[in-house]
Amino acid sequence: MIPELGHFALILALLLSVAQAGFALTGAAGGNSAFMTVGISAARGQFIFTGIAFLCLGYAFYANDFSVLYVASNSNSALPLQYRLSAVWGGHEGSMLLWTTTLALWTMAVTIFSRHLPEVFRARLIGTMGLISIGFLAFILFSSNPFDRLIPAALDGRDLNPLLQDPGMVYHPPVLYMGYVGFSVAFGFAIAALLGGELTQEWARWTRTWTTVAWMFLTVGIAFGSKWAYYELGWGGWWFWDAVENASFMPWLVGTALIHSLAVTEKRDAFKLWTVLLAILAFSLSLLGTFLVRSGVLTSVHAFATDPRRGLFILVFLGLVVGGALILFAIRAPRVGLGGKFGMVSRESFLLTNNVIMIAAAGVVMLGTLYPLFLDALGMGKISVGPPYFDTVFVPVMVPAIFLMGLAIFARWKNAELPALMLRLKWAFAISVVTALLLPFVMGKWTPLIALGLLMALWIVTTAMVNLSDRLKKREAGRLKSFIGLPRAYQGMIVAHLGVAVFIVGVTMVKGYEVEKDMRMSPGDTANVGGYDFHFDGIKEEPGPNYMAARGHFTITRNGSPVAVMEPEKRMYTVQSMPMTEAAISEGFTNDLYVSLGEPVGEQAWAVRIYIKPFVQWIWAGCMMMAAGGFLALLDPRYRRRNKKTMEEGAA
Amino acid sequence: MKPMLKYLLPLAGFLILVGFFAAGLRLDPREVPSPLIGKPTPAFRLPVLNEAGKTFSPEDMRGQVWLLNVWASWCGACREEHPLLMEMSRSGALPLVGLDYKDTDADGAGVLTQAGNPYKVVATDVDGRVGIDYGVYGVPETYVIDKAGIIRYKQIGPITEESLRDKIMPLVKGLQ
Repeated sequence: MIPELGHFALILALLLSVAQAGFALTGAAGGNSAFMTVGISAARGQFIFTGIAFLCLGYAFYANDFSVLYVASNSNSALPLQYRLSAVWGGHEGSMLLWTTTLALWTMAVTIFSRHLPEVFRARLIGTMGLISIGFLAFILFSSNPFDRLIPAALDGRDLNPLLQDPGMVYHPPVLYMGYVGFSVAFGFAIAALLGGELTQEWARWTRTWTTVAWMFLTVGIAFGSKWAYYELGWGGWWFWDAVENASFMPWLVGTALIHSLAVTEKRDAFKLWTVLLAILAFSLSLLGTFLVRSGVLTSVHAFATDPRRGLFILVFLGLVVGGALILFAIRAPRVGLGGKFGMVSRESFLLTNNVIMIAAAGVVMLGTLYPLFLDALGMGKISVGPPYFDTVFVPVMVPAIFLMGLAIFARWKNAELPALMLRLKWAFAISVVTALLLPFVMGKWTPLIALGLLMALWIVTTAMVNLSDRLKKREAGRLKSFIGLPRAYQGMIVAHLGVAVFIVGVTMVKGYEVEKDMRMSPGDTANVGGYDFHFDGIKEEPGPNYMAARGHFTITRNGSPVAVMEPEKRMYTVQSMPMTEAAISEGFTNDLYVSLGEPVGEQAWAVRIYIKPFVQWIWAGCMMMAAGGFLALLDPRYRRRNKKTMEEGAA
Repeated sequence: MKPMLKYLLPLAGFLILVGFFAAGLRLDPREVPSPLIGKPTPAFRLPVLNEAGKTFSPEDMRGQVWLLNVWASWCGACREEHPLLMEMSRSGALPLVGLDYKDTDADGAGVLTQAGNPYKVVATDVDGRVGIDYGVYGVPETYVIDKAGIIRYKQIGPITEESLRDKIMPLVKGLQ
């Protein structure tokens, strides 16, 4: 009964999304207020019914209803509750439902927080989002219905893939989708502006808030995914350049370019077309990611069972949405105009250059991801592109971007003097270079890449510090002369940029100084790795809820004083008879200790892999700082104040 | 009209992309005919993983029906087929030889320690040169080689239960 209710709610949601798009857009075209209001109410109804469908599927998992095919394929009665609930998005159908539900959630948020927008603009925005909802709801209902029954019902389910039975599964996908799908709002803003043929600084301010929120979610979501891969896959990698990782990374790069470009449009009324194009592009890449993952044109560790019919549907939908948006862009772009002028050396030009680099980086990632497909389609054979390509190409592209990052925060709007800039930053540059060259010697190993990584991180930090002290000196008397007293948007920028530095330190250190050792250990053995003594105390059998585990016990000491006790596991999941390695990680500020169990080799002895991963936590800490920077910027009072002002103007 | 053309560029780029996707949908990324079938295995001699000083050559396998499995630690799809390889190795049906393709020894050995080693021996093709001789398009790939050293079958992409049951094992039985 409940699954049928869910199915029915989904049908109603589809009808409501048709009403949402139809009424809102025709109302906006004809200036019909009543139609526009109906469109907005329909959008809220769409959210409610999509939400009901989502809850119904959740209930089916909660109640172990194995007469639902999707539940039977992705769950099991022995599966712990939190994983039964996260199994809702453990397969294709449920992932798509999560996608649509997230979109409905964003739509709902837009209907609530957009009262200050001009009526026609608001209706166009919500109508555009409605069009996207139609596509996804129709896709789910016609080709990926999670409520399909299995008659007769299965006695028990096939269980969730053991890789997904992890706390990461509970929060990584929803947060990531919040980010990915959140770009649909920026997309809606872009389309609404193109439809109206007018793009103002006000527009940029509205768009900026929404884009920053989505970007924050995406940043955190990607970091969660990376962290999950780090501890779950068992060999300590944190990024694999897998097609699906790339699918989330490309919108992130373009989204990063977009928030910077929006800053210019808001402050200087420049880059208008570029900003609109980026907003379209960011969401297009989200859709592209969905297409790549669901259609099976590429192979990936994340790929679910694929079906070419589904691929065709998404491709047609992708063509309509992105193609339609780009046609609209081509028609309306001349009317919108380029916006304000700026000099060759100015903050605008630095930001523009950095934006172009970000796009180039996204292009490089896209090329690597799609290259196998291109060659195949041209009949030129098959290849797979792996980390060697991405590592070689991506770093050189990003180096100039990091360098410009340090310069751009000093450059004035409109026109800046390059020689003066250079002079101001000579100390920052000298300190960075000298430290970057010498520090690796102190650490005991010098390679060009380590020095380059440190140089980039130091450059960001030193320029940020010089900029901060300039800024504090310039504060008028009587105002708070500390970081806390500065505008939130500025604080956000500094924190986010320092986050990039922290991230680079993490990557550089772990790539440069990681120690790893594979060995055969019997109970009682002690291994010395990177100055730590790992004592293997033994292994005991531990039954889990739906698996049997062999749990190792290691005592780690350094110069005789205890550091940590670590318990890596080797699990055998009973339903899918799939072995899993659960690494034990002792996280630290400058070092992670990482122990994972391989196979038993002979009597009592096990293959054991031990890593020392210096500064690896900094990778995720850096991402969190970037997101925190975005959050600080959102707190800037100018968004709220001006919004209120518009409302008053609207009322007057 | 001219400025208008400029604004059509993004659309044009996108349409080309869609064309490729449409073509891609009709292709199976895992199927490629190999010109090597029916031909003798290209010769090579490569160092053996984890056994310093030892080398491996296809000549060493003369007189046996064997599988050459091309894999790498950086290859996601290899993880999919790994349990099947383990099963095959446990059943002792035929010897498996691994070719660790464009990989570092440490990474390759790490994966085997982690997930288990199904191979009798693993040769390391660090720069991928042998891969070129074998026409390796993507990893993983698997070759069935007969007693006389002739390639009889090539599987592109991970081995699946079906391909193992319907193609590889019947072929191997016949050859043996």
